[in-house]
Amino acid sequence: MASQPINVLGRISWMVTSVISLLLVWWGAAFVIQSRYLPSPQEVFSVLAIELASGELLFHVAMTLMRVAASFTVAMVIGSAIGIAMGKQAWADRLFDGWLMFFLNLPALVTIVLCFIWFGLTEVATVLAVAINKIPNVAVTLREGTRALDPVYDQLAKAYRFSRWKALRHVLLPQLAPYFAAAARSGLALVWKIVLVVELLGRSNGVGFQIHLYFQLFDVAAILAYAISFIVVVQLIETFILQPWQQSVVRWRA
Amino acid sequence: MTALKIAIRHKPFARSDGELNAIENIEIEIAANEFVAVLGPSGCGKTTMLQIAAGLDDDYTGSVEYAAGLRDKMAYVFQSPTLLPWRTVRRNIELVFSNPQDHADTIASLLESVGLAGSEDIYPLQLSMGMQRRASLARAFVLRPQLLLMDEPFVSLDETLATRLRALLKTMLADNPASVLFVTHDWREALSLADRLIFLSPGPARITGELAVTLSPQQRSNPADLQSFRDANATIFRSGET
Repeated sequence: MASQPINVLGRISWMVTSVISLLLVWWGAAFVIQSRYLPSPQEVFSVLAIELASGELLFHVAMTLMRVAASFTVAMVIGSAIGIAMGKQAWADRLFDGWLMFFLNLPALVTIVLCFIWFGLTEVATVLAVAINKIPNVAVTLREGTRALDPVYDQLAKAYRFSRWKALRHVLLPQLAPYFAAAARSGLALVWKIVLVVELLGRSNGVGFQIHLYFQLFDVAAILAYAISFIVVVQLIETFILQPWQQSVVRWRA
Repeated sequence: MTALKIAIRHKPFARSDGELNAIENIEIEIAANEFVAVLGPSGCGKTTMLQIAAGLDDDYTGSVEYAAGLRDKMAYVFQSPTLLPWRTVRRNIELVFSNPQDHADTIASLLESVGLAGSEDIYPLQLSMGMQRRASLARAFVLRPQLLLMDEPFVSLDETLATRLRALLKTMLADNPASVLFVTHDWREALSLADRLIFLSPGPARITGELAVTLSPQQRSNPADLQSFRDANATIFRSGET
């Protein structure tokens, strides 16, 4: 236990070193190339400050985050239900296995385009397109988790006459918690990237829309400013929500 | 008065080379507060029979009848402690109640009596196997069961610890009398605890004999007396061996 703070400090100092070295490489490359297509870190951060001050950045990041949250929730709920059903029921596994193969191999771009054609350039189409891309990954993870369930705990629930709700809440879901956490962490990383593509193709706001706008203007500094700001937001969610949650669901293993 | 009546005509067991009959024509009746031990070699179907008795396995032909209201007063002790590793000892025991807050005193006093006072807030994986077994016993007894189904609860423990836990079981049964169906492959354990023994043959499991245990409490804790009792009933003991 005594070495834990040192490890945390060590990790933080390595992370800071890593970020600083990346900035130095970037700054060095920008200095050598001297092109408006590779702005220096200072130029990017000054654009970021201007966008932040104007409120534009916060608005577009908020719009993107809202879509990420909606798509992520839909994908986790539906993917988990399908994955648990496939892990528990042989007929469901056989029925949905072909579907999984199809949707896992379906390019994200095709789903996005088809959703916009079928449902119009709407928020529903956006959320649906992103969720459809993520659902198969969640289902696969939860199917594996359900297959790994220990049947003796089901017997325990039955022997002590637990209600279905009690068995679900206290026996099934805690066993699946590490799989939920794994699906959530990989899900967030995938979902936000797809949301940006969807915004680029069919929305009039959001980080993806802004990147598309600045792409047309060849404004690389603004593109990088929006990209970096969203990376920071996602990393904060990962560090302060998902990682602590994942650690909390397996704390009994310590 | 009969507490539990088990009548299993046929229990199928699927294997890659076809279906086997795991249990054939077993009839067991247990009287109120009677301790019955079922002896048989490993893999003969003892656990399957117990699971059928507990309602955990319904793929069989036959019937299981409980005395009125007894099913709700049943507790099951598994071969492994089967504590939920993500819940502390106390929260594992609380789980068997709908309103655990109403039973806080009962839980605390039972944990005290099994020697786990002070370990309530520890996770099972941080406990020794003996402590986990005691927690498992506490979970069963906290319900004040009138029917106790026990599946080799002290298997794979060293003899000293197993003897201590058997003594604990006797004490708990003295405080809370119950009908017990106890599955084991250890004849010494069966003789030290049970009022009656039932012997099963290796698969398909059939009853090969029954024997009332007429040993005094002192004799039950004396290995020489156990051996003498076994020798005096050698034929029936051999019927349940592989």
